[in-house]
Amino acid sequence: MARLINNRWAELALVTGLIVLAGLLLPSNYYFRVGALVLISAIAAVGLNLLLGFAGQVSLGHAGFVGIGAYAVALLPTHWGVPTLASIFLGAAFSGVLALAIGRPILRLKGHFLAVATLGLGILVAMVLTNEARITGGPDGMPVPRLELLGTRIRAPEAWYWIAGGTLIISIVFAQNLLNSSTGRALRALHDSEVAARAAGINVARVKGIVFSISAVYASISGSLLALLNGHITPDTASFLNSIELVTMVVLGGMGSLVGSLVGAAVLVILPQALTVFHEYEHLLLGSFIIAIMIFLRDGIVPTLRKALLERKAPEDRV
Amino acid sequence: MSLLNPISLLSVSNIGISFGGIHAVDGVTFETSAGQIFSIIGPNGAGKTTLFNLISGVYRAESGIVMLGGEDVSTLPPEALAARGLARTFQNLQIFFRMSALENVMVGAHVHEKRRALSHLFGLPSTARENRGTRDAAMALLERLHLAGVTNRSAGSLSYGQLKRLEIARALASRPKILLLDEPAAGCNPTETAEIDEIIVEVAKSGVAIVLVEHDMKLVMGVSDRVLVLTQGRMLIEGTPEEVTNAPEVIEAYLGTGLPTMEASHD
Amino acid sequence: MLAQFLQFTMSGLTVGAVYAIVGLGFTIIYNASGVLNFAQGEFVMIGGMVTVFAVAAGVPLPLAILLAIAVAAIVGVALHRLAIEPAKDASPVVLIIITIGGALVIRGIAQIVFDKQLHKLPGFSGDTPVNFMGASILPQALWVLGGSALIVTLVTLFFAKTMIGKAVLATAANRLAAQLVGVNTSVILAISFALSATIGAIAGILVTPITFTNYEVGTMLALKGFAALVLGGLGSPAGAILGGMVLGLCESLSAGYLSSTYKDAFAFLVMIAVLLVMPSGLLGKPSAERV
Repeated sequence: MARLINNRWAELALVTGLIVLAGLLLPSNYYFRVGALVLISAIAAVGLNLLLGFAGQVSLGHAGFVGIGAYAVALLPTHWGVPTLASIFLGAAFSGVLALAIGRPILRLKGHFLAVATLGLGILVAMVLTNEARITGGPDGMPVPRLELLGTRIRAPEAWYWIAGGTLIISIVFAQNLLNSSTGRALRALHDSEVAARAAGINVARVKGIVFSISAVYASISGSLLALLNGHITPDTASFLNSIELVTMVVLGGMGSLVGSLVGAAVLVILPQALTVFHEYEHLLLGSFIIAIMIFLRDGIVPTLRKALLERKAPEDRV
Repeated sequence: MSLLNPISLLSVSNIGISFGGIHAVDGVTFETSAGQIFSIIGPNGAGKTTLFNLISGVYRAESGIVMLGGEDVSTLPPEALAARGLARTFQNLQIFFRMSALENVMVGAHVHEKRRALSHLFGLPSTARENRGTRDAAMALLERLHLAGVTNRSAGSLSYGQLKRLEIARALASRPKILLLDEPAAGCNPTETAEIDEIIVEVAKSGVAIVLVEHDMKLVMGVSDRVLVLTQGRMLIEGTPEEVTNAPEVIEAYLGTGLPTMEASHD
Repeated sequence: MLAQFLQFTMSGLTVGAVYAIVGLGFTIIYNASGVLNFAQGEFVMIGGMVTVFAVAAGVPLPLAILLAIAVAAIVGVALHRLAIEPAKDASPVVLIIITIGGALVIRGIAQIVFDKQLHKLPGFSGDTPVNFMGASILPQALWVLGGSALIVTLVTLFFAKTMIGKAVLATAANRLAAQLVGVNTSVILAISFALSATIGAIAGILVTPITFTNYEVGTMLALKGFAALVLGGLGSPAGAILGGMVLGLCESLSAGYLSSTYKDAFAFLVMIAVLLVMPSGLLGKPSAERV
């Protein structure tokens, strides 16, 4: 119990500390923008980690939910006058319900089906966003009305940095709550042995559906924040490549490590920014980087570091 | 024990399944009631584990009926059977290796926990209360199975004997009415086997119907109320340990060498 | 009516053949190594792009084709040697990400070596459509169908008749046992990658006169090939081919009769519907878990 609480608060303190420290050190709007992007991506990565890292289910279309969240805050206020905050929640609710509806039949099946179904879903969302140009602006995207809070328009990257940071911390608290509950134990259990999980009375399809839906809500909220930060949105948000980036963030940071999701997001967001100088070589460098890191750090950055630290501290305790 | 015994908790009648044309289990019938220890023995490939998988809903029987507390459960999935009070262990260890020993046992209590994902997500006080209750019960079980020393260790780092006991603790966490144990003492040393022996008797005394698959004849003959001998998926005989040991067809089936030699034929 | 249906069917079979070949490429590598290679679509891209640029540089078409196949095969082997083999004990998710990383690298190189424009090749037998029962059919479509049939036949013969093919099958069945009888499994896996790349490149060359190509066509092809594979039944070569054809037909018929904008969506919907009814795919074997 003490250990559990220790881990939990340590994790939270570490993330909060990193956010605050970086927030105090960042020198300019550009850096705050990149920082906000990192935190926003981390929200989606934390959600996907629940699904991929803890429950062991692969989704190759999570960017579809990011796209839904992003377009919710663009479309609803623009066309129907829905307040931005309400739009974030509506987008999240829609993503969650959509995930449940798709997940229910698909998650009964074993194997790569969730991967295929989510792949299809992601493509479908991107396709709708591209083709329904009359309301979405088509491939060029559309502007996103700024969020107004207490009569002020929020557009400074610095403000978004702190909003994203707060949201990420809340996301992590919720994820921790879930993991330390009966549902959380069930989803971790089915990762290791579905047959034993079922024998223990766990309705595997139901639990998978729940975690898929929760991860979709995380992705959607992340998408909404992304759209609000950028002030403009294109169907690329929902692209297959973005889904892969999300999966890479989770695996790179460490499957089953919430802090890892933040680290993974940081690397995958900052790297392309650093590589824009080599614009022509972006694909090549990003691809090589992904391969190298997967070969040399296959357990992910955070678990590898943790293992190294533990072994250094107490070599006789190794089990 | 008559077949009409109204208090029989688990009754299996004429159950069968075949894989690729081979009858893995064929026409098996037995029943058992609260507090009884019912053992299933037989050589490798006799269909013991398959029979367990049929009873616990992992496989669906092609013929026959499984009744749990008077209800026909032949077509129910494992999770529905667990909710009705059936728990089991696995011959080839199905441990949640990425979780701690404590968490493994806590998962066993799943059927008694509320299915409120939203209150879990928001971390409401009710969830904390539920966690505490589950954790305390799990700690008590770990102690009972002499695993208190490894409570917070990752299950992946435990020894084989410890994992065997962990599976029993996890199964007991659901406070089952019927407990299926698939070779609980396999790979354990004599001291550990004696401990498991003791626990099985104790659990049965508390009113649980136990169905046991085991190779250790000393254990089986010592604790069982009834024994069923299975060969090639069919029942050879069912009776008390004495009846079974002395039955000519059993002696014949094992070429007069007696049952204990089966010990040598571990899976 | 019939003519229209025939037209849609023909174009469905043509793209379906490409999906089938990509799916077959997936299957060859999956069966030999357990890796789902999402760089499979890049081989198709390499086939098309190298041929286009070699022809533009004045190389005669047959030579350009051979060159493109050789380049693809080398890239396939390099992918295995540099990216897959060093990580061979990693989890399936990690391996999938590695192949996607590989796809990015290949695409990145193509973007630098070639360009970002759309390219096409002239049809091998001209670009004048042939009239068949009212439907106009490009001669190149017949090249695609014939070529794909030939690829499937040759691959089948390769596995059934040659020593190397049998060694690949043995490695797929049991890697350790294959090693024990003296099969160099590392070489075998490299051969599967080369074979898979080769057939992908051929499909790319055959289809470029019809569908055009550019440096990023690989992604969608990989996704469709993967869909074909799952639809047909993971691990079954015949299933991948059938799955590819079904996918192509769904796409072209729904584009023709329903909406061309959402043809990809229909293809995926049909696939998911099939999987709900037949979880192991059209030709896959149901698997029983041993506990």
